[in-house]
Amino acid sequence: MIEVKNLTKTYGGNARGITDISFNVNKGEILGFLGPNGAGKTTTMRILTCFMPATSGTVNVAGFDVFEDSLQVRSRIGYLPETVPLYTDMQVPVYLRFVAGLKGVPWKEIKNRVAEVMEQVALTHMAHKFIGELSKGYRQRVGLAQALINDPEVLILDEPTIGLDPKQIIEIRSLIKGLAGARTIILSSHILPEVSMLCQRVVIIDEGKVKAVDTPDNLTSQLTKSNRVVARIAGKQADVQDGLRKIRGVKRVDCLSPAESGAGTSKYTIEFEMDSQSSNLVARLAGERQWDLYELTPMKMSLEDIFIRIVTEEEIKQ
Amino acid sequence: MRNFIFILTKEIRSYFYSPVAFVVITIFSVLIGYYFYNIFAAFSTISFQAQTDPMVASQYGVLNVTEFVIRPFFGVVSIVMLIMLPMLTMRSFAEEKKTGTIELLLTYPVKDLELVLGKFAGCMGIFAIMLSLSVPCLLLVAFFGDPEWGVIVTGYGGLFLMGGAFISLGLFMSSLTENQIIAAVLSFASLMVLYMVGSSSGFVGEKMGQFLEYVSILSHFETFARGVLDTSDITYYLLFAVFFLFLSMHSLESKRWRA
Ligand SMILES: Nc1ncnc2c1ncn2[C@@H]1O[C@H](COP(=O)(O)OP(=O)(O)OP(=O)(O)O)[C@@H](O)[C@H]1O
Ligand SMILES: [Mg+2]
Repeated sequence: MIEVKNLTKTYGGNARGITDISFNVNKGEILGFLGPNGAGKTTTMRILTCFMPATSGTVNVAGFDVFEDSLQVRSRIGYLPETVPLYTDMQVPVYLRFVAGLKGVPWKEIKNRVAEVMEQVALTHMAHKFIGELSKGYRQRVGLAQALINDPEVLILDEPTIGLDPKQIIEIRSLIKGLAGARTIILSSHILPEVSMLCQRVVIIDEGKVKAVDTPDNLTSQLTKSNRVVARIAGKQADVQDGLRKIRGVKRVDCLSPAESGAGTSKYTIEFEMDSQSSNLVARLAGERQWDLYELTPMKMSLEDIFIRIVTEEEIKQ
Repeated sequence: MRNFIFILTKEIRSYFYSPVAFVVITIFSVLIGYYFYNIFAAFSTISFQAQTDPMVASQYGVLNVTEFVIRPFFGVVSIVMLIMLPMLTMRSFAEEKKTGTIELLLTYPVKDLELVLGKFAGCMGIFAIMLSLSVPCLLLVAFFGDPEWGVIVTGYGGLFLMGGAFISLGLFMSSLTENQIIAAVLSFASLMVLYMVGSSSGFVGEKMGQFLEYVSILSHFETFARGVLDTSDITYYLLFAVFFLFLSMHSLESKRWRA
């Protein structure tokens, strides 16, 4: 449904937006776009929605190129920008009728459609208010309503739950979940549990580059495993290194900081082919050979670093 | 067409939701009304004196209400337009950029042309309301005197065309920046330049002089104020408007060009 190929955007000067981003979204899928601040989520979404052009690369939405067939693409998407820019001097239904008109809802259906969408996002009791009088959460709903008004095939939601209270977060999440199926949805977030709850697949993006694309389950398991281990062991360096190399599945062993004296400790990195039980095997060997084991840590991968940055933010938030 | 209508209604609506339209229209009417009062009072005093005093009568010749009131009145309306219309157009694109609403607007399936024309028509609508408020002044003239209706009709036609030119230029300036003040100052300054170039036509050589005379935005109004419809003047204002609408469209489109 959506094909993003080698997308690059550089802002004026040397400001880096995104570099060489590629991914696909299948029809009916919810894709999560996960990354810390400044990763390039908004930049990517703005290109997908034809708001701004890419420096290079192509995006194809429902068979149309965003650059060549912008109007076709635009009539098939609903977009909720991060800042939810709305006309604060309009009343909610007046605004929604305006958007419905521009998005090609037939004249006769506009009134019904507006009522329907307001019902859907639980806005009906705010019908008499001006948008400027609404709280952040309700503005978010108006934003969502305008994205949904023409019942688009593709929804692009930039941080749809940011700034909402926990109750509203749950409501909006279940609303999004309810929209899935018929529609293809891309949503960005820095909240890991949100993405793993809603999305079938996740794109992790950091510093303008795609770091991983996978299902939430696979990502989680991939992240908790690690195929490199750091160990600090007392003993003769050559013996220890030799012993470690003989463990099943070990690819290489490096000595990071050789011991100063013969009886001191040395630090080793041990790289395993298979990731299962790696720390376990080192510990068992140390036991067998009666080496003193001072430290045994699975080494973090860069992906995990990114994740930690994202997850840390989540913990601060809640 | 459909999108054009939706944008037009939204524009008119938002002018009236904000105080902009009321302020601009009120100030316009007050200025015009004040000037009209002065000139009409002066005219009646002189006519009254001329009736009783043959000296005064010979000094002014035949007193003609069209010559003495209506033509200067149109002249002043055009100056007030030059000052007030930039304040009407300054917000059209600049405000959408500042508040970010342009991000949604440009992702709707609307052609840039429809957007520009919708905004243009919105301003023209407000301007038409503004202009129509000056009609009572002329009805007053018609009640007391016998003006040339032809001059009034061509005069209003000319004002409307000239307003279209001012508005299209203002829209373009507004599409260049997200700052409304800058948009207003830019439009006002360019209109002033186009207004003043005519006066330097006398000393820059014949060819250049003719060119400046042609470019000068107010000089084309003179024929309308004399009750004459000159196609070259009509063409000037139409071309002017089309040119700046075209530039505004490109200024919007340029956002979609690859860097
Ligand atoms: N208009 C702009 N001009 C220059 N640089 C920009 C502009 N917009 C974004 N950037 C840069 O592009 C990079 C990606 O920004 P982007 O807004 O896409 O991040 P994001 O993933 O949406 O972040 P956040 O989680 O904070 O919303 C950042 O380094 C940012 O500074
Ligand atoms: Mg963002």
